[in-house]
Amino acid sequence: MDISRFTSKRSVLSGSAILIIFFLLATFPLYSPGYTVVLLISIFMYIIITVSWTMFSGPTGYISLAPAAFFGVGVYTSALLGFVLPLPAVIGIGGLVSFCLALLVGALTLRLRGIYFVMFTFGLVELLLHFILWWEVNITGTTGRVVPTVDNTTVYYLMVIIFAILMLTAYFIKHSKFGLALQSIGEYEEAAAHTGVNVTALKTVTFAISAFFMGAAGATMATRWTYIDPRIAFNPLLSFMPVLMAIFGGMGQLYGPIIGAAIFTYLEEFLITRFPYYYMLIFGIIMVVAILYMPDGLVGLLQKLWKRISGTKYADT
Amino acid sequence: MPILEGKGVTKYFGGLAAISNVDFHVDQGEIVGLIGPNGAGKTTLFNLISAALALNSGVIRFKGEKISGLKPYQICRTGVARTFQSVKVFPNMPVFGNVSLGSLFGTSTGMSSADAARKAMESLDFVGLSAVRAIPAKDLTLANQKRLEVARALATKPELLLLDELIAGLNPAETAQAMDLVTRIRDKGISIFMIEHVMKAIMSICDRIIVLHHGEKIAEGTPQKITSSKKVVEVYLGESVDAGS
Amino acid sequence: MIGKAQEAIIMVEILDIVIAGLLMGGIYALIAVGLSLQFGVAHVLNIAHGEFIMLGAFVTWWLYTQLGIDPLVSLAICGPIVFIIGFVLYRTLFTRLRTSSPSPAAFEGNSMLACFGLLFIIQNVAILIWGADIKGYSYLAVPVNLGGAVFAANRLLTLGFAIIIGVVFYLFLARTRLGKAIRAAAQDPAAAGLMGVNINQVLALCFGFGALMAGFGGTLISISYKIQPTMGLEYTVIALIVIVLGGLGSIPGSFLGGLLLGLVGSIVTYIEPGLSLVAYYVIFMLLLLVRPTGILGK
Repeated sequence: MDISRFTSKRSVLSGSAILIIFFLLATFPLYSPGYTVVLLISIFMYIIITVSWTMFSGPTGYISLAPAAFFGVGVYTSALLGFVLPLPAVIGIGGLVSFCLALLVGALTLRLRGIYFVMFTFGLVELLLHFILWWEVNITGTTGRVVPTVDNTTVYYLMVIIFAILMLTAYFIKHSKFGLALQSIGEYEEAAAHTGVNVTALKTVTFAISAFFMGAAGATMATRWTYIDPRIAFNPLLSFMPVLMAIFGGMGQLYGPIIGAAIFTYLEEFLITRFPYYYMLIFGIIMVVAILYMPDGLVGLLQKLWKRISGTKYADT
Repeated sequence: MPILEGKGVTKYFGGLAAISNVDFHVDQGEIVGLIGPNGAGKTTLFNLISAALALNSGVIRFKGEKISGLKPYQICRTGVARTFQSVKVFPNMPVFGNVSLGSLFGTSTGMSSADAARKAMESLDFVGLSAVRAIPAKDLTLANQKRLEVARALATKPELLLLDELIAGLNPAETAQAMDLVTRIRDKGISIFMIEHVMKAIMSICDRIIVLHHGEKIAEGTPQKITSSKKVVEVYLGESVDAGS
Repeated sequence: MIGKAQEAIIMVEILDIVIAGLLMGGIYALIAVGLSLQFGVAHVLNIAHGEFIMLGAFVTWWLYTQLGIDPLVSLAICGPIVFIIGFVLYRTLFTRLRTSSPSPAAFEGNSMLACFGLLFIIQNVAILIWGADIKGYSYLAVPVNLGGAVFAANRLLTLGFAIIIGVVFYLFLARTRLGKAIRAAAQDPAAAGLMGVNINQVLALCFGFGALMAGFGGTLISISYKIQPTMGLEYTVIALIVIVLGGLGSIPGSFLGGLLLGLVGSIVTYIEPGLSLVAYYVIFMLLLLVRPTGILGK
């Protein structure tokens, strides 16, 4: 990467904007009501999962249905180690275990057609649920575990930190040669392989990195539920929501999933309180509508609108 | 010493032998043509060389080292690059990005991003596409997309270039430009193995020609020898052959 | 040295395991054939397949407990209901997706995601209608003695019906005009279209038949097992593993694979109950490592 990119006027402007946003985020708990902090925690959780998901599945087109599995691994790590190690270590380990699991899944499935990846990741959450249920019932004899509670402000700051690290990681990957390679995999994997890209290794490592953040988020969020059992930790809805958010927001840019996550977290809170018996139905319908009518997401729609307004066209090439 | 050599190369699809016990070689600095009727197995042979497909038996060597069994990205990095029969550029990436993928990943020793950018521009200049480097590849004409594929392949610093039907779909002016490009590539020291249907082009620039039919090599030799071979003419009788326009 | 008596006991144990395996395997085979029709022919990876199974199960339960309709008779009611839902879905949603998707690969992805949405829609609707609790009913729960091993009559009936449905469907595919059209569409949709086959209609029928199998499976499951609105996911995962085992694109492979997996499940349950899904996943992983094309796959 060359330095001049960072000193251009546009970079300085967006860089300052980002710093201001971070300052606001960092000082937020000091002056806002507790409820908003709780809402922001949820928003950050979904942003982290959705952006991590988009980091891999966006450019490559390999649709992972496993976020709930990696998140659950993180949650369970907290449940197992929460009283034994300090929280930052637990979060790191939760991320690491998810990372390793993703390496395994990737090594198995990413050498093959994308459909095997989709199928394998789809069943992963159910598999882990069954396995851990069996383990808890037969080996350790517990029906649920307790997690040490942590105050909301600490959880909030932890989520902001994970979010910040994630955004830096995602940004650097996207603008590095690996980002270019990931996109080439999504556009024409065979040609990418013949141009010297080790496609299997790159897919697997990127997938694992995205899983790390999901695991870290899970380990952090576990502290908000004092009681964990396998069914709480491994919840299929948590695979559905990030995918919905990314598709709705738009997967081409990094801010698409952020917008999608923010909108839907708020929507979820609203629906769960007002229409608790209908929210799955409504989100399912939104997913179908988004697939049908918004192939590039909200960001894509806005971009198309912008192009039509500014009338960009290329000369004969 | 042949830069590329294949011995006893065989490939089955189910019970059918797509390539049957074929020996071939390309010498350093040569332009070798690969011709044959549709379905003869030409692209399959290329796929076996570039490891898009795995051999059933036989061996392929590049610069004396066995490459059959390696993965495509490894073969690219040893110095074998290729283009595809149906153009496989990255449609939504700008032209420059398409080519820099080659310089960033396709060389045996990694390049710094500045060097890679320079090499990509070099490749683009060489094929004549620097003017459109910011345009998404899907917006290019077919002829330019083919040139882009060549530029991308050249950016990987190959010693051998496999060209799969570079001229198909081009008009006479574009064909002449393509032929010129091929000779210039050879003049840079890169050996070329090319599949073509356009006889005029093949005969005019190839040093040697290999003829495949039903997966077997039926003839090999200079363009004169091939055009006067009764066997080859028989094989092409009834096939629609573009004798050059 | 094993005495005659001990030998007999071991034989009964083995018979027990094998027949239990076939009982479960029959259901697996049915639902896998359904998914294979939807994915192999209509190219929709229907991850909401389990929800159609759940619908079949719940409609059967409702018909039996509210209207006293025999579950075996419900086969003829639930099947068509679920078939129509699947058919209409394909004619509307998936046909629309097929035309708007830029490539077959994009259609595969988009249709799968649409099914993801359907999964939650159907599950929520079921909860709204019937509530979220576990339900069940008792039907023909009388013991039958087969060579020393004891089985419930309802489960044997289930196996019988699964086999009948399988055979009837096989004959349908092999002998009827529509069956041949389906096989043609599975091989090469474009060529089939040129031969005069109404591709949109055939693919929609295939998807509907896939749902039909799910509906049948649900009815048969409800006879022997408790049901709840969240039951679908596990069956979808099992069906996915079976179609990989049998070979993607092979309908007879799915049937065979289902029976095989049922057998495996029975053996694993005998050794360590609760680990059957884990065992299925181990098989999945072995397939991916060694033979992703499955038993009869291309």
